[in-house]
Amino acid sequence: MSGYRVHRNSQRINAQAPCQFRFDGKQLKGFAGDTLASALIANGTRLIGRSFKYGRPRGIVGHGSEEPNALIQLETGGYTVPDLKATQVELYDGLNATTTTGFPSLHFDLKGLAGTFSRFMPPGFYYKTFMGPIKAWPLYEKIIRKAAGYGRAPVDPDPEFYDHLHHHVDVLVVGGGACGLWAATLAGRAGLKTLLVDEQNEAGGWMLSDTSAQIDGKPALKWVSERLAELNSLSNVTVLTRTTAFAHHEQNLVQALELVQDHLPLAARDSHTPRERLHKIRAHHVVLASGSIERPLVYGNNDRPGVMTAAAAQTYLNRYGVAVGRKVLLMTHNDAAYDAARDLAQAGSRVTLIDTRLRGAADWRQHEAKSAGVALMLGYGIAEVHGKTSVSGARLVQLDPFTNTVRARGPRLSADSVLSSGGLTSTVHLFCHNNGRPYWNENSQSFVVPDEGRQGISCAGSITGRWELSAALAQTHAAVSAMLLGFGRSTNGECPVSDERELAPTRRLFRVPDGLPEGHGAKAFVDYQNDVAAADIHLAVRENYRSIEHVKRYTALGFGTDQGKLSNVNGFAIAAEALGKPIAEVGTTTYRPAYTPVTFGALAGSHVGDTFDPRRYTAMQSAHVKRGALFETVGQWMRPWYFPKGKETMHQAVDRECLATRNSVGVMDASTLGKIDVKGPDAREFLNRIYSNAWSKLDPGKCRYGLMLDENGMVMDDGVTACLADDHFHMTTTTGGAARVLNWLERWHQTEWPELKVRFTSTTDHWSTTAVVGPKSRAVLQKLCSDIDLSADAFKFMDWREGTVAGVPAKVFRISFSGELAYEINVDACYGHYIWEQVMQAGEEFGITPYGTETMHVLRAEKGFIIVGQDTDGSMTPIDLAMGWAVGMKKPFSFLGKRSLSRSDTVRKDRKQLVGLYTEDPKVVLAEGAQILSTSDDAPPANMQGHVTSSYHSAFLGRSIAMAVLKGGSQREGDTVYVWAHGKKYPAKVVSSVFVDQEGVRQHA
Amino acid sequence: MFQIHCPHCGATREEEEFSYAGEAYIARPANPEEASDAEWGDYLFMRKNTRGWFWEQWQHTAGCRKVIAVKRHTGSYEIAGSWTLAEGKEHYLKESEA
Repeated sequence: MSGYRVHRNSQRINAQAPCQFRFDGKQLKGFAGDTLASALIANGTRLIGRSFKYGRPRGIVGHGSEEPNALIQLETGGYTVPDLKATQVELYDGLNATTTTGFPSLHFDLKGLAGTFSRFMPPGFYYKTFMGPIKAWPLYEKIIRKAAGYGRAPVDPDPEFYDHLHHHVDVLVVGGGACGLWAATLAGRAGLKTLLVDEQNEAGGWMLSDTSAQIDGKPALKWVSERLAELNSLSNVTVLTRTTAFAHHEQNLVQALELVQDHLPLAARDSHTPRERLHKIRAHHVVLASGSIERPLVYGNNDRPGVMTAAAAQTYLNRYGVAVGRKVLLMTHNDAAYDAARDLAQAGSRVTLIDTRLRGAADWRQHEAKSAGVALMLGYGIAEVHGKTSVSGARLVQLDPFTNTVRARGPRLSADSVLSSGGLTSTVHLFCHNNGRPYWNENSQSFVVPDEGRQGISCAGSITGRWELSAALAQTHAAVSAMLLGFGRSTNGECPVSDERELAPTRRLFRVPDGLPEGHGAKAFVDYQNDVAAADIHLAVRENYRSIEHVKRYTALGFGTDQGKLSNVNGFAIAAEALGKPIAEVGTTTYRPAYTPVTFGALAGSHVGDTFDPRRYTAMQSAHVKRGALFETVGQWMRPWYFPKGKETMHQAVDRECLATRNSVGVMDASTLGKIDVKGPDAREFLNRIYSNAWSKLDPGKCRYGLMLDENGMVMDDGVTACLADDHFHMTTTTGGAARVLNWLERWHQTEWPELKVRFTSTTDHWSTTAVVGPKSRAVLQKLCSDIDLSADAFKFMDWREGTVAGVPAKVFRISFSGELAYEINVDACYGHYIWEQVMQAGEEFGITPYGTETMHVLRAEKGFIIVGQDTDGSMTPIDLAMGWAVGMKKPFSFLGKRSLSRSDTVRKDRKQLVGLYTEDPKVVLAEGAQILSTSDDAPPANMQGHVTSSYHSAFLGRSIAMAVLKGGSQREGDTVYVWAHGKKYPAKVVSSVFVDQEGVRQHA
Repeated sequence: MFQIHCPHCGATREEEEFSYAGEAYIARPANPEEASDAEWGDYLFMRKNTRGWFWEQWQHTAGCRKVIAVKRHTGSYEIAGSWTLAEGKEHYLKESEA
């Protein structure tokens, strides 16, 4: 037991509002205002997890988003969230958290044994060890996955919802510390529309932890609350807390995640309010005041539970009223950490401050610390921490004052907590997400951003490497004034002042030496989350990894949910030393979004379930539902798939629908076909250019099937176009291709042939189309239509007529996608449902049978009609499809794709060409996509000849049929090929792809 | 996500209203039948793949359906401007001469 509650005047917890919570089943107590981490520390809980690779016991190290170890699983069931950092989880009454590591249990971890043999687990261990045999890889993966990883992803549906909010602002300020607040104040006073976001539950940043800070002669927190009051009073300023800006994109788009309800007990959450909200912020100008994070020093066993950063301990004390230990060692290489030592000592801890500098901090700071009761040891460092599941003490060494080597052995000290401060690391992530680069500032020992920012971005405060409050505020004032000048506004306010305090130089130190060659002493961790020790980085360099990006990937330095916020700079510095290069030259790895993890729910927002994608329904939808249709989505359309009767299976239903259509009459909703109205004096010429076939001689009243090619000569769409008048055409496209085709037409018209007078209007939704199909279709239509002569001679195949059907104005097309006599009745969509029902009624005496897409597919395949995108894949020319008849090679204008049809590749004889297949066993329905072999020998490498594109059971033929693309297929009719699927080979005969009515007698009836 | 100005609509709108339509001002050979396989292949397949300022086409597919010319930096993603195809071509040709 170690941590405990103390009372601090500065504390932000509410001691009158206790919270009960559970951690790994244990009932514990905290207070409103606590984080889970502060409450756990106050309860003396130290062991929070086991490390990734070695299973070493780990505890809380940080106090915010930099925390690498304390990853917990929050809540259960649908509410569960894995891998939250305990340091960022706000405590609420009834909170239930569990640890995420340790197998079989946190306190007895098998992987911990691996830690004992850790010298056998260097970087690249998995690559180097699990090499063969190949067959064992799945087994290795299972074991490794079990041993690695943290929390469990939720499997139950999420009971909460998420939303998105868009902002367009003049100025976005990221970070609500002293500098961010001052930037927002100046922007707000200048009348600019300003948004300030801050990650924490309240603004103030480091001022919430540093009780001694003063601004303008008053306590900093008082100044903070004055700023907040002013910002709240300005109608042009919005302040969002619990909101983390996690990504910066081009054109100053910043994404920020607001935790709207995560801090509330589950029962207290409002079901009409989202759990989290994703803010998409477009800002003319971004002010990055994202501050800095203290990094630890690297020393032996610096991962024992009870080891922490000095800043974390200072924060737990002053902000949460929690002392981390009674006997504390604090190692530092800079002056700032003296504050933590002073405060801890004042709160009653016995503090020994181990300053790695022989002369220590500035005199006033040494004096202040000593007066508070801190014991000072100058010129020492910690070589090794003692204790296993909790700190019990440390062994010190006396450091050489000039080189980072050990001069002499030092004492062993007992302690329950060990803190360290290795200086600050600027939080430069957002500056770098979109191509920005930080630079190494030797003076501040950090990668920082330039004072002047970059286009559209100003940088303010400690992100620029100004660690002292007075300097940070002065730099902020200057940067924001410059920004306001750019807006043509003036600066309204004097720069806030803070005491300029004397500082002693920092010691340039990352890895504290222990007197042994690297790798021989106790493990000194750089990256806790990925178990990367200093020795691992040295090994990577010895193995000749030179680029820091490669060192990162080899060792895993900086990966994970903390993204190396504590570890990266130490890692870069150690790599630089091993490489014998300056840090500036080694540089940083690439910063990528997200700064902190973002839930999928927030990214999806309301694009889930029914609102994921629009669904389009035809006018006949209720008629289909009434008749028991099952639906499939085609594009965004819901199309009837088949209409089962009673307990029919799909195959039984489809067989019945097919036979009814071929023998009597069927009816299908064809409304979803894309329709484009093409009009203008040059409409005909345009069609000549965009389609492969000729349109010059198509008279009004006639229809023609057209093939649309891309410039490579490949089929991209098809459909029937009707000539309504000499300058007016009704084009149809595939259901899924409608939007693409319209854009295609527009692009060619606008970019290449703007001189053609033609325009295009999408009319897909304007028309409802009922296809009446089968030998009895004429009889059905005759009952409904008296003003069109339906006789075979007057109304021929591929004609269209205008008239009235059941009293409704209609365009009737005699076209067929089944090979049967068929009429497609097009009416204004508002009559679609009415016409459908009229047709059903008129057809009753013939047993009219509605059918869906599945039967449509079988009927068209029986006739060898292709479906673009199923029988073609963007590599099929009309010649490959044996549709040379649809190519007007004599047209004067070189239509799209024509030239490509004579390229050396498109005239190859062994191209894949469309064929029909009859399996030897008529009952076998081949798998679509199955590969075709020439011989029954399938020993690798298999000589693949093509694949099956469409395959069905044909009830009409009483056997299976298949369409396929086959190398040189047009010359292979009669050959036997072998179709391989699911480990079996089926012999099949190559036949014509027209299986039914090759002469076309039926459709011309 | 970009914001793109449509010169036809006179409005700056989110990228999701637009569709990318490739490199701008690639002229279709006037007489394709006379083009050699190599020349036709160049027209079909060869693109500059510029790193730097690049003239490209965007189509305002969820708006006015017009194809527009956008000058964009493929390294920094900065957009210098957008024009109608005809206006953009003047700028494009001037730059090509320079």
